[in-house]
Amino acid sequence: MISLDDVDDGTESPEAKWLLRLYVAGQTSRSLSAFANLKKICEEHLHGSYQIEVIDLLINPTLAKDDQILALPTLVRKLPAPVKKIIGDLSNTERVLVGLDIRSLRPENALRNDDVSGHR
Amino acid sequence: MQNLLKTSTGIKGLDEITHGGLPQGRATLICGSTGCGKTLLAMEFLVRGATQFNEPGVFMCFEEKSEELQQNFLSLGFDLNELVEKNLLTIDHVHLEPSEIEEAGEYDLEGLLIRLGYAIDSLGAKRVVLDTIEALFSGFSNENILRSELRRLFRFLKDKGVTAIVTGEQGERAFTRFGLEEYVADCVIFLNHTVYQQIATRRMRIVKYRGSAHGTNEYPFLIDQQGFSVMPISSLGLDHPASIERIPTGVPRLDTMLGSQGYYRGSSILITGTAGTGKSSLAAHFVNAACARGERCLYFAFEESQNQIIRNMHSIGIDLGQWVELGLLQFQNARATLYGLEMHLVVMHKAIDQFKPDCVVIDPISNLVAAASEIEAKSMLSRMIDYLKMKQITALCTDLTSTSGSSLERTEVNVSSLMDSWLLLQVLEGNGERNRGLYILKSRGMAHSNQVREFILSDEGIQLRDVYIGLGGVLTGSARDNQKAKDQAESLDCQQQIELRQREIERKKMAIEAQILALNTQFEAEKDDLIRLINKEKQRNDTLIMDRLTMAKLKQADKISDPLSPLKNTGRGF
Repeated sequence: MISLDDVDDGTESPEAKWLLRLYVAGQTSRSLSAFANLKKICEEHLHGSYQIEVIDLLINPTLAKDDQILALPTLVRKLPAPVKKIIGDLSNTERVLVGLDIRSLRPENALRNDDVSGHR
Repeated sequence: MQNLLKTSTGIKGLDEITHGGLPQGRATLICGSTGCGKTLLAMEFLVRGATQFNEPGVFMCFEEKSEELQQNFLSLGFDLNELVEKNLLTIDHVHLEPSEIEEAGEYDLEGLLIRLGYAIDSLGAKRVVLDTIEALFSGFSNENILRSELRRLFRFLKDKGVTAIVTGEQGERAFTRFGLEEYVADCVIFLNHTVYQQIATRRMRIVKYRGSAHGTNEYPFLIDQQGFSVMPISSLGLDHPASIERIPTGVPRLDTMLGSQGYYRGSSILITGTAGTGKSSLAAHFVNAACARGERCLYFAFEESQNQIIRNMHSIGIDLGQWVELGLLQFQNARATLYGLEMHLVVMHKAIDQFKPDCVVIDPISNLVAAASEIEAKSMLSRMIDYLKMKQITALCTDLTSTSGSSLERTEVNVSSLMDSWLLLQVLEGNGERNRGLYILKSRGMAHSNQVREFILSDEGIQLRDVYIGLGGVLTGSARDNQKAKDQAESLDCQQQIELRQREIERKKMAIEAQILALNTQFEAEKDDLIRLINKEKQRNDTLIMDRLTMAKLKQADKISDPLSPLKNTGRGF
């Protein structure tokens, strides 16, 4: 069982290229599976250069306003800009990758995808 | 069983038609088309709650940003910033940008509930507005999740015990586009914004109010500098009081015509006339007299501006400006076509409620027809007059009748039956001049003159003069003056004739008296002569007797016992 207290996974590096923030409300099964799914995706696609921050709105309800959180769980891509939001338990990996701009659904953008995923 | 508790909205009129306010601890749906005032009504609910009832509120907006809202409401006199600083209001702008959101897996709207819950708890809010929650439908694609979450949201609001307003855009078939009424079952208010003959009128209707009686009509409402106001005005009856107090008309001669005392207080007076007959001047006299008594007057002018009226009335020696400065007189100038009749009614109601006048002038009512049909105008005016009568406000209405066409004894709006006193100003044409005449067509409950008076606008105001009524017909103006001069000459002539005759009598009398004197003198003279003759005869008789006695003595005749009764033997007389 993964705990949500494991905030910083991946790397501690200050120049982490991907700053991801996951909003949840309590340690529900949906929260936990969202975190697990996110971690798996990051490991596979962003190994090394990412940072995940988990925010429990039950503890910090004021933070919901800042990132305009309505649905839970919500993953917010703080970096790189622009801000992107993905809602749900992140079980649909394909949509998460699209949402994070890691991979486009459209094959004609394959070239750009290669550039982005050059860290692999 | 406890009665349904209600939360007062503090909005003028709305509490009256809902009999106390919105259902406490429940949600109310306000729906209507774009720009009908949903957001304003909702926000005013919170502002009034905060300022009048000290109940903090949460405004969750899904469309406008909080800065925009603050700016918008500042123009209505609501300083939202101040309320926010006093912790009486929280504005939470929920930004939804569908393009930024990717859905990947299952989710719920717990985030929204947490935000709302936090806002409510941190303020201790009693009132909540969600404006408009329908935006969620464009933000999230999974409608099934959304609907179940909405149900959860409304349950959550109920559990929190807050009185909530949710707004919704009018749908094509249902009240709202996304069927919000499905979740809000307690109270539904529908706002309407109709345009008829290019004039817009806002109306409100309570579609449903579970567990409570409520007004069912469409009530016109107004949005102005003071916010929202609803007028429950169709519920007036004919049970207003009737005062026996009389108030002067401002024109002494007119008072005389109206049973020497003027109008009844709280009555309605109609002045009809063609253009330029002095209707407004008569109204100004009335206002002037009322203000001079220290009463408050409200002047609704649909044709002229305040300054124009004041200037014009100066020319007939009436200074209305001084009363405006003293705050006894207020003008409400608006073109009749500015808004619909209902709106006029609302505006007038509002002005009357605020200013609390003793007298009201509506100049002219005929212009109101321009804003709607005749039937509507009549219904509006009858409600207006009922309202004024209920408040015991004397109403003076002018009405412009068209010169062409039918009888002058009709009004443009057919309201004469509503009026207690009806003055008719009419142009009397003749001899190349136009003169004004004033009649009293009717005046309920008082003796009044049946005669026409000539109506003159002079530097010292209105003067009423008797018209010449004689063989030559009704004469006014210079013709009347002519006739008057003629009459005067004639009467002078008569006077002279009379004096002449009287002198003749004197003369005759003197002549006769002289004759009498002469005759008397003659008589006296003749009488003297006769008396002298009589005496003479007497002496002669005496002498005769004496002679006889002497003769007898001399002839030694028998002794005559009584020398003085010789005739005893000869007879009775002499």
